[in-house]
Amino acid sequence: MTGATLLRRIAPQLLTLAAVIVLVSIYYPAFYQIVYVNDRLVGIPIDVIKRGAPVALLAIGMTLVIATRGIDLSVGAVMAICGASAAWSIDQGYGIGAALGLAGAAGLVCGLWNGVLVAFFGIQPIVATLILMVAGRGIAQLITGGTILTFDSDTFSFLGSGTLLGVPVPTVIWILTGIGFGLLVRRTALGLLVESIGVNLRASTLAGINSRVLLVAVYMGSGFCAALAGVIATADIRGADANNAGLWLELDAILAVVIGGNSLLGGRFSILASLLGAMIIQTINTGILLAGFPSEFNLVIKAVLVIVILVLQSPRIVPYLELLTTRRQRVKAPATKMEAGK
Amino acid sequence: MNIRALPLYATIAIFLLAYLVCYLQFPAMLSTRVIGNLLTDNAYLGIVAVGMTVVIISGGIDLSVGSVIAFSGVFIAVLLRETGLHPLAVFALLLAITTLFGAAMGGMIHLLAMPPFIVTLAGMFLARGAGYMLTIDSVPIDHAFYETMQRAYYLMPGKGRLTLLGGTMVASVILGMILLHRTKFGTNVYALGGGEATARLMGVAVGRTTVLIYAFSGLMAGLAGIVFSVYTSAGYPLATVGVELNAIAAVVIGGTLLTGGSGYMFGTLIGVLTMGLIQTYIVFDGTLSSWWTKIVIGALLLMFILLQKGLLRLRLSH
Repeated sequence: MTGATLLRRIAPQLLTLAAVIVLVSIYYPAFYQIVYVNDRLVGIPIDVIKRGAPVALLAIGMTLVIATRGIDLSVGAVMAICGASAAWSIDQGYGIGAALGLAGAAGLVCGLWNGVLVAFFGIQPIVATLILMVAGRGIAQLITGGTILTFDSDTFSFLGSGTLLGVPVPTVIWILTGIGFGLLVRRTALGLLVESIGVNLRASTLAGINSRVLLVAVYMGSGFCAALAGVIATADIRGADANNAGLWLELDAILAVVIGGNSLLGGRFSILASLLGAMIIQTINTGILLAGFPSEFNLVIKAVLVIVILVLQSPRIVPYLELLTTRRQRVKAPATKMEAGK
Repeated sequence: MNIRALPLYATIAIFLLAYLVCYLQFPAMLSTRVIGNLLTDNAYLGIVAVGMTVVIISGGIDLSVGSVIAFSGVFIAVLLRETGLHPLAVFALLLAITTLFGAAMGGMIHLLAMPPFIVTLAGMFLARGAGYMLTIDSVPIDHAFYETMQRAYYLMPGKGRLTLLGGTMVASVILGMILLHRTKFGTNVYALGGGEATARLMGVAVGRTTVLIYAFSGLMAGLAGIVFSVYTSAGYPLATVGVELNAIAAVVIGGTLLTGGSGYMFGTLIGVLTMGLIQTYIVFDGTLSSWWTKIVIGALLLMFILLQKGLLRLRLSH
């Protein structure tokens, strides 16, 4: 993807983000201020990119899953499982290496489970991942013994609240993960193969793509991202809360991917756009608080903004908008997409 | 034998088997009292699952119902506190609101060609947010009519009580069965679940049916909200978080395909009762922790999905 096409791809998300930021700064003019104190950057934008870390991480994995025409509802529960595993192994005195290894392994195993159900048993992704979404919190509670498992480890909580060259560590983690996944799928043919599975699974398989293995790998990637998000959430509050860690974040992550302009029907995807989507969501969340609205209004405002963004991206509306904005010939509005848009 | 009905038979068999296991361990489980409580305690879930069954058979999903129940409770509580309206008038107003809310979501799904998943997700935020805007506290309901409703029951043989709430659920399931299996609307729902393009070619008014489906789900969610508010005598905007998932799980355990186009309303009732039975068992046992409920429900979900998958293969190979 050249620079110009990339820019055109993410332009709607950049514009939306800019619009949201402008909207917030009308109510809260000090939005842009960033200062450097005590070896760390402090400011609202920094807070946004830090608090948005879990959703951003989940959105990376979710983008790939959605590109294969799937969906992963279990990521919130997987976050809870991985956070609980990490807290448990720190609590048992196994050290930070073991904790991270265990959390990562738990995420990969959860992803493997989802992937096998989808790829080998041919179960619809929304159903396959629903199982782990329902049972996952039970498993996490099993690990923590039903309590909020707290621990005391400065090295581990560094992952949640520390800074690296002034930048919060969670931010560094999601940006690096995003770059890592981006390079993995765009510098190799993997991204293209993922897209082809999303467009037509059968044709891709017939064309010689090992779609089963690739599907499993994609769900494992999503599990791994959820593990990272779970570790950050656990490290941030120095405790594993099996009930509330990552609660409803799967919905925010899916929303981030959709706001990022990726079709839920699979096919072409952009991780960068999803990450922008995650930042848009976090800016809305933070912005509503800053703007001084009573917190009761949060959800309603969020819902209205989401509806507006979704309406603007609706497959029925986009062709008209494109007609208005460009004179270029774009007869691309795919009829199949509209037919299957159920 | 109708192979399509096999999941339903499997559901019923598993429910009876589970009940037998419970009975062997705790003979007291087989009393009309326990059965009456099972119906009362799961009344709101059963009612909302009736709406969810229709939505899922049509190939859609409704994530907003849990929030709508919470909103209903708050709406009723606040209106009863602030105005002198009779509860029945408030109920009528509420049902109109939730039905319109559902219809609006159905309209958006159809007109904007957007996935139901995303539209009802926004609806979930909106309904919960509307609840918060009314109040952020738990508002108690103190009304003579509420006490009458809570005390109303029919004494079954064996001193079990079929309460008004339990009765409402049974009535809703029967209504759902008639609607789904005996009306033109029901046939359209199945057709839509089989495939939108095919349904349109067969002459189904896709738009109208979609709007009606989600309106019905909204109506049922509102009714469940009323039942829940009678059950708890309060309205709390943070209540019933995640009920939509329980409803979906009950529908799937009840043998309905999440892909749409196949399923039975009666299965959903059994699904709800199975989930209630697991909880009752854990209460009777006393040593098991509550999180086993989630794990067992997850395992049941897996079992039913694999069973359905196997049956589907069987059907295709014929």
